[in-house]
Amino acid sequence: MALDKPYLDVPGTTIFDAEQSRRGYWLNQFCVSLMQAENRARFKANERAYLDEWPMTEAQKKAVMARDLNRCIALGGNIYFLARIGATDGKSFQQMAGSMTGMTEQEYRDMMLNGGRSIRGNRRLGENGDAQPQNQPQGAAGAARRAKTAQSRKGAR
Amino acid sequence: MARITASVYTSHVPAIGAAIDLGKTKEPYWKKVFDGYEFSRKWLKQNKPDVIFLVYNDHATAFSLDLIPTFAIGTGAQFLPADEGWGPRPVPKVIGHPELAAHIAQSVIQQDFDLTIVNKMDVDHGLTVPLSLMCGEPKKWPCPVIPFAVNVVQYPVPSGARCFALGQAIRKAIESYDEPLNVQIWGTGGMSHQLQGARAGLINADWDNAFLDRLIADPKKLSKMPHIEYVREAGSEGIELVMWLIARGAMSDIAGGPAPKVLHRFFHVPASNTAVGHLILENMVR
Repeated sequence: MALDKPYLDVPGTTIFDAEQSRRGYWLNQFCVSLMQAENRARFKANERAYLDEWPMTEAQKKAVMARDLNRCIALGGNIYFLARIGATDGKSFQQMAGSMTGMTEQEYRDMMLNGGRSIRGNRRLGENGDAQPQNQPQGAAGAARRAKTAQSRKGAR
Repeated sequence: MARITASVYTSHVPAIGAAIDLGKTKEPYWKKVFDGYEFSRKWLKQNKPDVIFLVYNDHATAFSLDLIPTFAIGTGAQFLPADEGWGPRPVPKVIGHPELAAHIAQSVIQQDFDLTIVNKMDVDHGLTVPLSLMCGEPKKWPCPVIPFAVNVVQYPVPSGARCFALGQAIRKAIESYDEPLNVQIWGTGGMSHQLQGARAGLINADWDNAFLDRLIADPKKLSKMPHIEYVREAGSEGIELVMWLIARGAMSDIAGGPAPKVLHRFFHVPASNTAVGHLILENMVR
């Protein structure tokens, strides 16, 4: 019988369940290795060489080198593990979390100061909140890009 | 006989630890957070327990994917602050209480909760940030601490109902310890926050405040709330709040005693990505 996964319809959210954990095992264990100062130094000196010591997939290695945390999570990463990469880079949790939204650091910080992201429209896929797939990336840059796309679609018609 | 005198609930945001360690507590952004704990620091000084039983979660620090215990009790003599990638926090080492911890482990396992027993582990911000918030920056922590780690990283985490029942077992265990110790139980983590994906930065203040109301007045009903409601309403990392139900389940009203007194309640947004919630409930002596 299939497992009960009632969380698959939450927008912009990947739950780190057993399946994701299996997929991301080596990616996450690589992240754990960065808790040691000596490994952080070796990783920083040559990222590719350090990553090649781990039986990670090529896609996982590329996502790490691009610091694409959304992609890392899709490939089985968990944010508490991935945070070790951010720590190695000298990034705070706020910078890491913000990087996954498409917002600039200032935009994300301002959103938090204004009470955080609203739950409205962000409970289930199919609604129209700012975390929904159709509204990505977020922030001024994302809005401008969507406006441009909408305009070119209009022009093409 | 040992007894639980009070329970404390608080978020354990890592940035709060960083703000303390970097001397930023007077900055306007952080002052609003620390002001909410001023009462608590005075109260803890005046009501110093003999032992703190501290429920928290490890953030892939002591427990990597090598080993994922659902419930782990620290029975060691001491626990060092972990290097989470930024270097260890410059805070005192945590002194354990091996005798009481071993007693609780035996009693709780005999009550059908299969705990993992940990004699050696480092403790991360999940444990040290609540101590810093409640104690300030002392040379040593005011009393021994028994770390109790709950898996809330890899889904499924234990249910609210399981946590609430576990709290009741912990209360029985503590009350069957012969030495007359004054024990506080702390539940940490939460409140609403999400650290990943396009929904990062989610805050649900209405839901959080309703959670505080229900935790005080009707924790039994609250404990039946399914995981999906935490995830959907309070964010993927908001699920840490199940840990508060362990501390709440250990209060004496759950075993038929009088309702606890709400000594302090605080809520603030934001601390980094997170809504900060804090409560102190005191057990009333009948």
